[in-house]
Amino acid sequence: MASAVSSSSAATASTAPAHAPGRDVARTHLLVFALMLAVLVIAPLAGVYPVFMMKVMCFALFACAFNLLLGFGGLLSFGHAMFIGSAGYAAAHSAKVWGLTPELAVLFATACAGALGWVTGLLAIRRQGIYFAMITLALAQMVFFFSLQAPFTGGEDGIQAVPRGRLFGLIDLSQPIAMYAFVLVIFVVGFALIYRIVHSPFGQVLQAIRENEPRAISLGYDADKFKHRAFVLSAALSGLAGGTKAILFQLASLTDVHWGMSGEVVLMTLVGGMGTIFGPVVGAAVIVTMQNYLAELGSWVTVVQGVIFVICVLVFRRGIVGEIGHWLKKPL
Amino acid sequence: MEIFGIPVQALMGQLLIGLINGSFYALLSLGLAVIFGLLNIINFAHGAFYMMGAFGAYLLLNKLGLNYWWALLVSPIAIGAIGVLIERTMLSRLYQLDHLYGLLLTFGLALILQGLFRNEFGSSGLPYAIPPQLQGGQNLGFMFLPNYRAWVIVASLVVCLTTWFVIEHTRLGGYLRAATENPQLVQAFGINVPRMITLTFGFGVGLAALAGVMAAPIYQVGPLMGADLIIVVFAVVVIGGMGSIMGSIVTGFGLGLVEGLTKVFYPEASTTVIFIIMTIVLLIRPAGLFGAQK
Repeated sequence: MASAVSSSSAATASTAPAHAPGRDVARTHLLVFALMLAVLVIAPLAGVYPVFMMKVMCFALFACAFNLLLGFGGLLSFGHAMFIGSAGYAAAHSAKVWGLTPELAVLFATACAGALGWVTGLLAIRRQGIYFAMITLALAQMVFFFSLQAPFTGGEDGIQAVPRGRLFGLIDLSQPIAMYAFVLVIFVVGFALIYRIVHSPFGQVLQAIRENEPRAISLGYDADKFKHRAFVLSAALSGLAGGTKAILFQLASLTDVHWGMSGEVVLMTLVGGMGTIFGPVVGAAVIVTMQNYLAELGSWVTVVQGVIFVICVLVFRRGIVGEIGHWLKKPL
Repeated sequence: MEIFGIPVQALMGQLLIGLINGSFYALLSLGLAVIFGLLNIINFAHGAFYMMGAFGAYLLLNKLGLNYWWALLVSPIAIGAIGVLIERTMLSRLYQLDHLYGLLLTFGLALILQGLFRNEFGSSGLPYAIPPQLQGGQNLGFMFLPNYRAWVIVASLVVCLTTWFVIEHTRLGGYLRAATENPQLVQAFGINVPRMITLTFGFGVGLAALAGVMAAPIYQVGPLMGADLIIVVFAVVVIGGMGSIMGSIVTGFGLGLVEGLTKVFYPEASTTVIFIIMTIVLLIRPAGLFGAQK
């Protein structure tokens, strides 16, 4: 039963490695980025419900962080709920009980998720491919049960009525405009950071390991170290999204730690296009929109999500953005 | 009579529950291991098939009036046939791709199946009576042993050991092991490997459904009964390593017992103990207790 070794190669069928972008590609990326920013700024002015847009941004950042690991590292984690979820608890607890200002609460949440990622990453990278997915899932389930029992998480109730507080002790985030700007800035900073990581020498080595791990090792790169760092970065950035989300909705609950959340972020990335820069953002927008409009269908949402999963895997593996990129012959 | 300050009856009771859980861990991880051996796919829908096996028994009894013993035969075959259909129409398209796609596909299938059953039957569990032949129990002096639970342990042991025997000691099992090592070569010898793969998947799914039928009278029949269980079984598989059939069986029963013991001595950790053991095993022996070190 030794044939599992091939699983590390070609994790993403869809993407050419994102080279240090040529001037042409970089210009396209900048253009798309400007377009995305414009949509995010104009949408609430054009009457789109701001809380919806902020929710999309939180999940988009989460999916981008997840894609850093799957799309560029070739590592499928099925436990990313533990990072967004525990970060939510950290932000909610520190803002409500310790009275931290929102930016400190979010930073604390990011650090907590990063620390959790450091520990779980050390364990998970000891196995490859399918085992990696199962281990992350199991570890996340452990975090779920811990959150269910731990004294400070509020069990089934979660942490409710988290104060949004004053940014830097000055700006009142209960004002919708201030909150929107806060979330927008966090999203843009997080997104830019991920873009930078992907196109840095670190990101290039990471993709080399994804494509051919034995060869990367033979070139002298410590593959496990790179994978572990990518895992920690992905965890911390997921935590950034989770902390922001907790401040936004003034709530941290078990939903975010549940394995369903881990599945959702995989779905968002898959729909948008794994290994693409903008795919996870599009995927998150699609899935959150779908959940909003299908909310009255109740548990049919799960069925629809499952169907989308199956369709994506069988016939639509490039995802929306991957498909557009393929059509334009440019990696988006 | 007490051991370490715990009444023997309580201790034995929890050990029995542990053995029962262990039976299901063993049956499910065995199916996962058999499927993984040949298809290199981790079947995320395994918990959903287990759930469908239990619902199969429930529906056979309430719609067709077929009793438990019929369900034990019909439900695994029917669910196994569904498995064959899924393998032929969907999974077989993914063999050329990365194995992770198989995981994603079966995760989607699990969502669909669990969602459909939840829409039809609601989230709350449905009762399924213990068959009359197995009601009652034996007084062993130090504890009371319900007949049905004894039956589940014995039956799952028999099924597990039979599977082990067939795979390790028969000609059919020889083909199977050979195809696991080198499918091209076995195909060249004139064995129909694609059909073998299909039937293996069907068999693994059938095992899950059989576990579901046996679980129906113990746990309530509900659409999500397999969802959390399968994650524990994944941890069991990581601990045991999927390289050995006997390894999956021993690990399954063993971890069930450990979980039972934890319930007695430190109940707070009983939901997490298997994951903690997984962590320790990963640190000490990353390939798993019975896995081949690479």
